[in-house]
Amino acid sequence: MAGSISQVSEATFDEEIKGSNEPVLVDFWADWCGPCHAVAPILEEIATEKAGVLRIAKLNVDENPGIASRFGVQSIPTMILFKDGKATDLRIVGAKSKSALLTEITPYI
Amino acid sequence: MTKVQNVVILGSGPAGLTAAIYAARANLQPLLFEGEPSSTVDQPGGQLMLTTDVENYPGFVDGIMGPELMGRFRQQAARFGTNVLTQRVDRVDFSERPFRLWSEGTEHRAHAVIVATGAQSRMLGLESERRLLGHGLSTCATCDGFFFKGQNIAVVGGGDSAIEEATFLTKFADKVTIVHRRKELRASKIMQDRAFRNPKIDFQWESEVTEILGETRVEGLQLNDVTTGEGSRLDVTGVFVAIGHIPNTAIFSGQLDIETSGYIKTITGSTHTSVEGVFACGDVQDSTYRQAITAAGSGCMAAIDVERWLEEHHEAPADMAETPTNW
Repeated sequence: MAGSISQVSEATFDEEIKGSNEPVLVDFWADWCGPCHAVAPILEEIATEKAGVLRIAKLNVDENPGIASRFGVQSIPTMILFKDGKATDLRIVGAKSKSALLTEITPYI
Repeated sequence: MTKVQNVVILGSGPAGLTAAIYAARANLQPLLFEGEPSSTVDQPGGQLMLTTDVENYPGFVDGIMGPELMGRFRQQAARFGTNVLTQRVDRVDFSERPFRLWSEGTEHRAHAVIVATGAQSRMLGLESERRLLGHGLSTCATCDGFFFKGQNIAVVGGGDSAIEEATFLTKFADKVTIVHRRKELRASKIMQDRAFRNPKIDFQWESEVTEILGETRVEGLQLNDVTTGEGSRLDVTGVFVAIGHIPNTAIFSGQLDIETSGYIKTITGSTHTSVEGVFACGDVQDSTYRQAITAAGSGCMAAIDVERWLEEHHEAPADMAETPTNW
């Protein structure tokens, strides 16, 4: 699914993260969160541009509170980068511009 | 050289978008920099993007959600031909005309500029804020209230924003303590009444936050009683800060006359700044009213001021353009 953003859930999360050859940036979001909607099109652009080196997945915290709580997410949007099935220390809290996001993500991919 | 725009508008809250609607309808084809996404009020759409019900904007009898209202403003501005860029201008040069502005390394030029960059939320200025942001400290109650179901949390501040956030957060939290430096609220009467009637809201009067406690997540607040100087601890797992706003004027420093409080100086009764051809509207120049409707009103004034100013100066030779106007 190069270049596109997948939706992950409690049922598919572990499998999707562990089964990925590329690092996966998981975007924790919810429908009521304005800044989440503002950052969504930027993540789509990044997914297209970084296809092959980075995957992006979205996790709805309203439908999947267990995963959000497992990673201590208390603010959305939060974006956590997973490599080899494990959370890295790259954790971006809050919506940001595309250039600010790329500055943080690029050293990890 | 890049094309010289008739008018560039900086900011996309009620002031900037109203200026855009009027300027676009005057066939000025405005270019509007709406800012960049963030989780603070400093984002496209401005302060209303993080609010819920707006109950005092005329015309919406049953209220309207802040983000929906701003979405409508934006659509209306676009309908009349405003060119919107989701970028932030990070440098300006108003020392000669046409004015120059830079965003993402690109230079833009304009005959006139409307500054409507608004204000951002003031934070406490504590080192712990950086560490605990996203770990119990939040800048967006509407985004993060959900994570505090059944918990005891605090809202710092005593104005309308603080009371609105506290009231909203009682939908999720068991108890919300409003920590305020004074012994009375600054919020409007209707908001105060709502807070006093809400059984989930508690008050910690005349208290200052000296530290947010917790290494990896918020565990409490260290408070200081402003009358006795006595310290105390408030156990909470979440903190929302709403202690006022700071106008976004950093990039205009040295370019425009700015009050010591940070607000851009405008000529009373108009939106003219200290530089001819640069106009300011909305919260960036208003320390008094700071309402969506007054911001929108001053945005309209700015567009009309620009239209008149351009008519007088736009194609005038350089020496004539220096002639002072009647303000």
